Amino acid sequence: MSAWETVIGLEIHAQLATRSKIFSGAATAYGAAPNSQACLVDLGYPGVLPVLNAEAVRMAVRFGLAIDARITRQSVFARKNYFYPDLPKGYQISQYELPIVATGAIEIVLEDGTVKRIGVTRAHLEEDAGKSLHEGLGALTGIDLNRAGTPLIEIVSEPELRSAKEAVAYMKKVHTLVRYLEICDGNMQEGSFRCDANVSVRPVGTEKFGTRAEIKNINSFRYVEKAIQYEVARQIELIESGGKVIQETRLWDPDKGETRSMRSKEEANDYRYFPDPDLLPVEIDEAYIEAVRATLPELPDAKAARFVAEYGLSGYDALVLTASRDLADYYEAVVRAVPAQPKLAANWVMGELSAALNKDGQQIDSGRLSAERLAGLLVRIADETISGKIAKEVFEAMWTSGESADALIEAKGLKQITDTGAIEQAIEAVMAKNPAQLAEFRAGKDKLFGFFVGQVMKATQGKANPAQLNDLLKKKLPG
Amino acid sequence: MISGPIHAAPEAPMALTREQVENIAHLARLELEPAAIPRFQQNLSSILDFIGELERAETAGVPPMSHPLPGLTQRLRADAVTESDERELYQRNAPQVAAGLYLVPKVIE
Amino acid sequence: MHRQTLTQLAADLRARRVSSVELVRTFLARIEASQSALNAFVTVTAEQALAQAEAADRALGAGRGGPLEGVPFGHKDLFCTAGVRTTCGSRMLENFISPYDATVVSRLRAAGAVMLGKLNMDEFAMGSSNETSYFGPVRNPWNRALVPGGSSGGSAAAVAARLLPAATATDTGGSIRQPAAFCGVTGIKPTYGRVSRYGMIAFASSLDQGGVIAASAEDAARVLREMAGFDPRDSTSVDAPVPDYLAGLEQPLSGLKIGLLKEFFDTGLDPAYERCVREAIGVFERLGASVREISLPNIPLSVPVYYVVAPAECSSNLARYDGVRFGHRCAEARDLEDLYKRSRSEGFGAEVQRRIMTGTYVLSAGYYDAYYLKAQRVRRLITADFARAFGEVDLLMGPTTPTPAFELGAKVADPITMYLNDIYTISANLAGLPAMSVPCGFAAGLPAGLQIIGPHFAEERLLNAAHRYQRETDWHLRIPEAYA
Repeated sequence: MSAWETVIGLEIHAQLATRSKIFSGAATAYGAAPNSQACLVDLGYPGVLPVLNAEAVRMAVRFGLAIDARITRQSVFARKNYFYPDLPKGYQISQYELPIVATGAIEIVLEDGTVKRIGVTRAHLEEDAGKSLHEGLGALTGIDLNRAGTPLIEIVSEPELRSAKEAVAYMKKVHTLVRYLEICDGNMQEGSFRCDANVSVRPVGTEKFGTRAEIKNINSFRYVEKAIQYEVARQIELIESGGKVIQETRLWDPDKGETRSMRSKEEANDYRYFPDPDLLPVEIDEAYIEAVRATLPELPDAKAARFVAEYGLSGYDALVLTASRDLADYYEAVVRAVPAQPKLAANWVMGELSAALNKDGQQIDSGRLSAERLAGLLVRIADETISGKIAKEVFEAMWTSGESADALIEAKGLKQITDTGAIEQAIEAVMAKNPAQLAEFRAGKDKLFGFFVGQVMKATQGKANPAQLNDLLKKKLPG
Repeated sequence: MISGPIHAAPEAPMALTREQVENIAHLARLELEPAAIPRFQQNLSSILDFIGELERAETAGVPPMSHPLPGLTQRLRADAVTESDERELYQRNAPQVAAGLYLVPKVIE
Repeated sequence: MHRQTLTQLAADLRARRVSSVELVRTFLARIEASQSALNAFVTVTAEQALAQAEAADRALGAGRGGPLEGVPFGHKDLFCTAGVRTTCGSRMLENFISPYDATVVSRLRAAGAVMLGKLNMDEFAMGSSNETSYFGPVRNPWNRALVPGGSSGGSAAAVAARLLPAATATDTGGSIRQPAAFCGVTGIKPTYGRVSRYGMIAFASSLDQGGVIAASAEDAARVLREMAGFDPRDSTSVDAPVPDYLAGLEQPLSGLKIGLLKEFFDTGLDPAYERCVREAIGVFERLGASVREISLPNIPLSVPVYYVVAPAECSSNLARYDGVRFGHRCAEARDLEDLYKRSRSEGFGAEVQRRIMTGTYVLSAGYYDAYYLKAQRVRRLITADFARAFGEVDLLMGPTTPTPAFELGAKVADPITMYLNDIYTISANLAGLPAMSVPCGFAAGLPAGLQIIGPHFAEERLLNAAHRYQRETDWHLRIPEAYA
């Protein structure tokens, strides 16, 4: 069915990695005992007032600069009024008409390798709400306000995403960015990074947007993809069977793999936004912006371009290696130790190392295998002390034992045989042992060449230098 | 979420209907006694008439003023944890708590 | 002893001519004796007060102690006081024990003031007569059939009846000045941002300002000096040094340029009241000030602007009272909505609900532009009128209220008539200006108030003018017969 076009806009909520909350001095650490990190301001006690956290502002500006957005010189906090038990004051302090970050853009790479620019409408600062807990309380709901007041930036995209895959690519890119910028830990299990997806469909070739549904609080890349796919299919089926999509808020149920209507948020929203009289306009001048700009790290797009230019990597490899700052840093540390082998380094970091990390569920920054150690192995491949095949064996041993490559090569006697005399000896022995095959080869059966390579390798436990072996066999076999 | 126009065209203040009063009360989470609604209708309508006087003022090009002191901007606080766990003290005012949680009737999502 | 001003009492305490314990006992006895007649207090903290007085006496004996050490004092019951019930005049907070002190409260305690109790007020400071208090109306000490004004009715009545030498108060649309005028005492609302709002339970955040009601301008200066100043916990608090308000009190007024607010001398002004005000202006002229009439054409729109802005902010500020973390909670809630609706309807009185409803309406979809934004635009016009006026004169003067105190129940039926009682006071709040009410005589036997308004941060000038006036007159020293 290609008669329908999907239109998606994402609202990503990223918790800012500040020590204290956006308007109070309470800690933001995850996992504390319920309400132990909810101070008077977070609880909305009578008489208390908000004071803005400087770091939250700095982080929002960092994000704005990273996506080449306009930074609003005087942004304004507004109150979004609604009643909900996890919203202590009966309003959320957010930004409405004048968000701190206005119109920027983020580039994503599509599956076919083309680059697509996704507009960012705005990114604004706001406070997170608390959490409602329903388990084990019978007819009651428990409210934990530790999360209330945690700073968020809400990043609102233009409705320019055209498939679930694009949405995931965009969300991953934002995830990469906020981690590069060190403004969000990106932990999706803990809810530090989550999104709402506005999804609609329209007949291909039409301009007018279809009615959209908003899917709330999706907290993994996989769920974003699945929830959108489900929702798109639901809407198409609904329309094709004569129904109409209604504008509503829906919840993704990962257990059932479906979205369902959220009745509690059904009623017409009238948030009665107005400027928060307890807070003044946030003024950001040129000097401040330049000072923040000066502290920006090299961003993923720039880094990937440099990896292509400087290390001769493919666009794809560069993209993979720059997906996280830690991975990119690791890669570059390896390259520094084996400067002549950037491609070999890329293959090993993306290949063996990533697989091993994956298998053990570890992160690149776990310290399990330092870049210097890995480089030590690559040096031995490059100087032909060991072959690529042996190297994999050594890597396995390094991963489990933590020993250096040299120590393992020495201890296990894995050093490659590059002594021509020794290799010749081995070849002669194999030829003597296999007269029939030798005769056939000499009679023109060329493909038996591989047989002799294998036999010699077997005899030398794989340690014969492959190139040398090749040359010598070519000389010796024809007789 | 950003949705819905809040800056729609103004409407002339008129006597509020019962339904309008009930809607406002619901938005404000107030339960009006049915018998009190006509009085609220009357009170609110006269208040709206009264504030409707503002229409007469010529305000073209005048920016709205939300703070009484001109030119002040938001002060920023250093990002430091200054509060400690005072849950026991703060929950003394709470009508119903258990295991450190504030309790409310079941919330259906 | 109670007839002494705070200034005299502080000096006597310092000189050990009287002890704080004696003073506290004297005033506690007066409070107790008057409570059934005036109902000025919601909570009396006798035990803590005596303990604090003993400590104050020890400090004074050792030659230590702050500028107000040992002086009996009271707080309007919307200033949060740690460990002491803070009700805001509402059933909603009937049993609310604040876990913390308002900045004003801790500053005054640090200065040595001894709190005797919490003063009655209109519920959440919404009212002009003190009749909206859940704890019953306060009576006017000059005539118990009359209202003391509001919302700081308890503070004004207590000072007028000399149950306290001075008390804190707050002013959102006239809540310090109007009751001060009705009760024949001196009240000052400082510039917005001069006194911290932290711990002052909010009514309308862009208008609320804490101040003081006292017997004289000098007493008010003495208290304000301790209250005022920057507070990092309040984003709207202004980081500017506080002048020594006492040092400037005696400055001569020759050359002072006074503007008479033309629009305040309108047809609604009681003629006898007007005579009092004009006589007071005459005193300033004799002191060397020049007087001219000034027109602020947009001022008549102050009341409608106020009745958009204040309810809008209040509707949001009062959303936190939901029966979950503190405050009144209804019994046996069926579900969440029922919990919200019944807790709030039971906890808030009629006037508070009316203002929440008005505020919710003016902010709601489709009306925001016509009401809220429009009001904020007109607010700027009014502020600009003041700025122009202060380009020409140093201070503006006029009556504080259109009439003296009215009878209990006279205006409860019609909110608009009640709102119009604040017609002269509201504009100073909209523009954030400092303003005072000073007793200036009696109209038909009831106190009249002269209002003085200055440019931003001109408190020193206001207090100076009021003090010089009070050196020439004795209206501020009159005490109702029953409490003399």
